[in-house]
Amino acid sequence: MTLSKLAGASMRSILRNKMRSFLTSLGIIIGVCSVIVMVAVGSGSQAQIHGQIAAMGTNLIMIMPPRGARTANRLTLADIQKLRAESSYAGAITGEVRMSGTNVVGGDSYWTTSVFGVEPDYVKIKDWPVESGEFFDDRDIAIRSKTAVLGTTVASRLFPGQDPLGERIRIGTTPFTVVGLLASKGSNAMGADQDDVVMVPLDTAINRLMIDGRINSIEMSAVSEDLMTAAQVEATSILRESHKLAAGVDSDFTVMNQSQIIQTASQTARTLTALLAAIAGVSLVVGGIGIMNIMLVSVTERTREIGIRMSVGARRRDILLQFLSESVFLSLLGGCVGIALALAVSFCLQRFLDTPTLVRPSVIAASAGFAAAVGIFFGFYPARKAANLYPIDALRYE
Amino acid sequence: MAIIELRGIRRHYLVGEITIRAMRGIDLDVGIGEFVAVMGPSGSGKSTLMNTLGCLDKPTEGSYVLDGLETTGATPDEFADIRNDRIGFVFQGFNLLSRTSALENVELPLFYDRSGSRANPKKRAKAALEEVGLGNRLDHMPNQLSGGQQQRVAIARAMVKDPAFILADEPTGNLDTEMTLEVMSLFQELNDRGKTVVMVTHEPEVASYAKRVIAMRDGAILSDAPVGERRRASEDLAAWRKRHALLAGEEGSP
Repeated sequence: MTLSKLAGASMRSILRNKMRSFLTSLGIIIGVCSVIVMVAVGSGSQAQIHGQIAAMGTNLIMIMPPRGARTANRLTLADIQKLRAESSYAGAITGEVRMSGTNVVGGDSYWTTSVFGVEPDYVKIKDWPVESGEFFDDRDIAIRSKTAVLGTTVASRLFPGQDPLGERIRIGTTPFTVVGLLASKGSNAMGADQDDVVMVPLDTAINRLMIDGRINSIEMSAVSEDLMTAAQVEATSILRESHKLAAGVDSDFTVMNQSQIIQTASQTARTLTALLAAIAGVSLVVGGIGIMNIMLVSVTERTREIGIRMSVGARRRDILLQFLSESVFLSLLGGCVGIALALAVSFCLQRFLDTPTLVRPSVIAASAGFAAAVGIFFGFYPARKAANLYPIDALRYE
Repeated sequence: MAIIELRGIRRHYLVGEITIRAMRGIDLDVGIGEFVAVMGPSGSGKSTLMNTLGCLDKPTEGSYVLDGLETTGATPDEFADIRNDRIGFVFQGFNLLSRTSALENVELPLFYDRSGSRANPKKRAKAALEEVGLGNRLDHMPNQLSGGQQQRVAIARAMVKDPAFILADEPTGNLDTEMTLEVMSLFQELNDRGKTVVMVTHEPEVASYAKRVIAMRDGAILSDAPVGERRRASEDLAAWRKRHALLAGEEGSP
């Protein structure tokens, strides 16, 4: 008995019970489809994060307190001044302090938002243009002027339908004058609204709005892409000196370049993707159990057929292969339909719900392979049960 | 030359704690071209004998040489090959695959052919069906065929690999008189062409179409004798049809 004959016989037997075959495969269809869609959504948002970070420019360097460490944040304004004074590879530099959940009062209303203390280079590094008015400059930093630049969300909340330029707002208890309006940036990969922000000069923020005076992060660009590594090494040594760290002591800050930032940012997305895929994988296993169930019923129902086949000379192996190939076919068919469905769902998500999706060929291949494996694994027991029937008993079965 | 040689065949079943002796030492020779009917009441061991002859069951004791091949030590796979290669089965319940065309049913033994024959299975199956007079029913499903036609498909399936002998288990048990005569005349026709037939039946009229009748009782052969007045099923069929037509004619006339 050749493989093609076997495949033909299994195919005929599946087509003989179209409805049942479809319902049996449904578990696999749903399983494969959800695995692919989940991974596609995960990869899509990962790709979007990559894209957004890459858009910031390839020569971006970020200096942050060490991740997850218990060491206190020791980045200060003095560090920035030292970097600016001594670094020969740094282009633009800005410190950044972030105060989320700050009440801002203006116009006739108030709004709870994030207040960022930054330096003029910030808009250059982030490539974030000012729509109207202007961003504060070095002079504002020097005199700690109480000027603020609003994100579009904040502007529309406090001054709906009005031009906010020149208006007075109060951050906490300190009054500020609105000097500029940022261009709208939309939401980031995690869905947070990036326009829900008020920017004030870094020195003003530290002296007027904060208590501890610690910088959340320093962002700088290297003068050119080739000098990224040099700039990183240089920044590290300047900051170690500034923090008076002896040789051999761990740095109390982290210097990351573009690709390291991307890595960190996509870590979460990747974990989430894996989790979603695992949950979807469970449904694939449940689908496999469905196949096993139907195959067991099928073996009982077709006991007489098995007897007939044995009486005309089918060996045990022939019976085993017949039933095994039927279950593999069922799950493969389910896999193919599931893949098609997943492509359609991913397309619709992207097209109509603006959810970025990315379907990788490797994921398709893996889920098709997994579907076949499920067919073999869950089809083996029923097939063996069929093959081990005794010819006489099978023939007499009513 | 004997095609079937049974020597001292015993078959014991253990049912609970009781041993049932279904066959108690059977010796039997069947030669090429014979037409043997095995008769006996239920429990006489004729089904067990049938299973043994069909290589569906292994005797507890004794030797069975089929067409010169000792089958006693055969493995299940070898048994399967023997069934495929040397035995053509015809059952009481036809045992055709449902929702499978007559042609595909007849092709089934060729599907499991391991001899590496290169002959076109479709052509061979078609030829076998033509031989039993069903050349115009190739694509019919079993449920579209009469009982007699289904049994003829089963006979074509038994014949398609040109086996050493045909083993028929109550082949007319589910058939009315006309179909019984049809099937028996087909068996006689095949036998006339040299095919060996072994048939289990409990109807004496059916047995009278064979050449030799073996009566069994309590797991042993009670008698083994040639049929004295052998009847021709084709003649009986013609007579039956004539009488039937006559009866129908009388009913129809005023």
